[in-house]
Amino acid sequence: MQTYEPILLKNMSRPGYVGSLEDYRGVGGYAMLEKVLKEMSPSDLIDIVKKSGLRGRGGAGFSTGMKWSFIPKDHTGPRYLCCNADESEPGTFKDRQLIERDPHQMLEGIGIACFAIGAHQAYIYIRGEFDLGAEIIQNAIREAYDAKLFGKDLFGTDFDIDVVLHRGAGAYICGEETALLESIEGKRGKPRTKPPFPAIHGLYQEPTVVNNVETLANLPYILKNGPEWYAGIGTQKSTGTRIFSVSGHVKRPGNYEVPLGITLREMIYEIAGGVREDKELKAIIPGGASAPFLKPEHLDARMDFESIAEVGSMLGSGGVTVMDVDTCMVWAAMNLMEFFHHESCGKCTPCREGSAWILQVLRRIEGGLGKPEDIDLLVSLCERIEGKTVCAFGEAEIGPILSTIKNFREEYETHIAEKRCPYRPDAALAIAH
Amino acid sequence: MRLKVLSDKAKEAIEVQFPSYPDKRSVLLPALRIAQEEIGYLSESAMIDVADLLGLTPVQVYEVATFYSQYNLKPVGKYLIQVCKTLSCALVGAGSIVTYLQEKLGIRTGETTSDGLFTLKLVECLAACGSAPMMQINDRYYEQLTPEKMDRILEDLKRDGKSPLATGPFMLPVMGERS
Ligand SMILES: Cc1cc2nc3c(=O)[nH]c(=O)nc-3n(C[C@H](O)[C@H](O)[C@H](O)COP(=O)(O)O)c2cc1C
Ligand code: FES
Repeated sequence: MQTYEPILLKNMSRPGYVGSLEDYRGVGGYAMLEKVLKEMSPSDLIDIVKKSGLRGRGGAGFSTGMKWSFIPKDHTGPRYLCCNADESEPGTFKDRQLIERDPHQMLEGIGIACFAIGAHQAYIYIRGEFDLGAEIIQNAIREAYDAKLFGKDLFGTDFDIDVVLHRGAGAYICGEETALLESIEGKRGKPRTKPPFPAIHGLYQEPTVVNNVETLANLPYILKNGPEWYAGIGTQKSTGTRIFSVSGHVKRPGNYEVPLGITLREMIYEIAGGVREDKELKAIIPGGASAPFLKPEHLDARMDFESIAEVGSMLGSGGVTVMDVDTCMVWAAMNLMEFFHHESCGKCTPCREGSAWILQVLRRIEGGLGKPEDIDLLVSLCERIEGKTVCAFGEAEIGPILSTIKNFREEYETHIAEKRCPYRPDAALAIAH
Repeated sequence: MRLKVLSDKAKEAIEVQFPSYPDKRSVLLPALRIAQEEIGYLSESAMIDVADLLGLTPVQVYEVATFYSQYNLKPVGKYLIQVCKTLSCALVGAGSIVTYLQEKLGIRTGETTSDGLFTLKLVECLAACGSAPMMQINDRYYEQLTPEKMDRILEDLKRDGKSPLATGPFMLPVMGERS
């Protein structure tokens, strides 16, 4: 089987590496932060990152260098960098590994990004449930300040960078970048209407960039090895590696860092060991709960932004959930709809009311009380959400519903015709009933 | 300013964070966490104290406290057991974990044992889907759960207030060191 050289998970795979400052400096850490501060201009730095092709790992896959370049150059007030460590997309657990095992790698990336956009203040927004992650980051920040890697007049320059860890308190929506800003401002995490984008009016109405943990962690390596090196990994439009979190019915769940563009088949059958008990595969979610379900016929699709979009789903957060042949698709869609209904922030009526209504219909079908017209009702409810909400949560929540109806319509029909769930979920699967 | 319920220590822990932000209101989430840790939950008096400290109205605080799922507006047990119920966990047995805990503790989800020790709650994905099924108890994760493990965890907590079965830092195999 082919093996791949990891970039972000490499340090932590060394024996004895615990992610302390000493460990990280032992592998050359913070040399790139020093280099950019001492030798480079922000515009050179932005050009390098643009040339590397790096795209955001938080979900939308937007060019990182491009996003940075939207910060108005002539702005005289403060600018902010926010590191998105909210990691709440079901099926995704890569940022937690990066945070808990190698926090300085992320911190160096934060420093580099601050310099690129001229920000002297960074906030790390970490989801409230990550108590251990918060302790580890807080320690790492303290170590870095003591070593004068953050603070005032860094590396003999007059550039200051302060980093503050800001803990959330339980709300998926705070991963959405404008909800995240509201939350740092001490408000309910309700997304803002865009435009204006955060680059113009962000945190405290000042220009702001929000970047994901994994995006930022890539920066030291792009600078160390050059943008051509990075662009040479992966595909032409989806460069570099990506950490995929693989879970569900696979033999070896876990985080696997691979070049963008390997096939789903390779990921599931070779890297993650195949389906548990060698059962037949039924469905794959390739990019977190917001990504539409795929079928075994899509196994040869490549895991890059474009190829996954071509087969009707999205690479999203990189959370790959695998379901075997005995999984009820109506139940799976219902489980995710419970998540979305619980997490809908309530700002937009179509999402708030629609999620409740969809869930009610799904529960009725799964419980054997569905009516033949319910499938069309579900589709029409989804259509009334799509494009009618302030943030992308609306598109996210209808993905599982529309894709299971499209790919597994007969399962809905059987539930309705037989007035029961044909899978007779055992206790383990009965959770959502 | 005279606070109703929060201690001087909590007040200090909150005020020390003011310089980290251009606006005091940004300390609201951290302040509510500190208040909850001290009182055990967010009582109305605690929320009024936080409002006074931050120069907000009580309703501005209440509005935020009711939005985020980690804030408890009612008292909970000494150990808050939160079992993840989202898809990846549900696919590999979260349901039987919940059933087992309900039977063992003699409570249903959302309830607290009569001795005030354990509260059982279902939560959404905690980003540990690869080591499912999993639960969080207070500030620690417990992963790859089995009934035997849960028995031990609950006994450890009762006896020592903590359990060596708590997991972390992140433990799954990374490329190159696969099982
Ligand atoms: C509902 C919703 C939830 C999101 N959750 C997260 C999250 O948990 N972590 C994250 O990095 N990005 C999340 N995003 C994406 C962010 O809005 C934003 O695009 C991202 O943090 C930008 O960073 P990047 O350019 O480095 O990807 C979410 C978006 C939406 C619409
Ligand atoms: S689904 Fe349970 S931790 Fe993610």
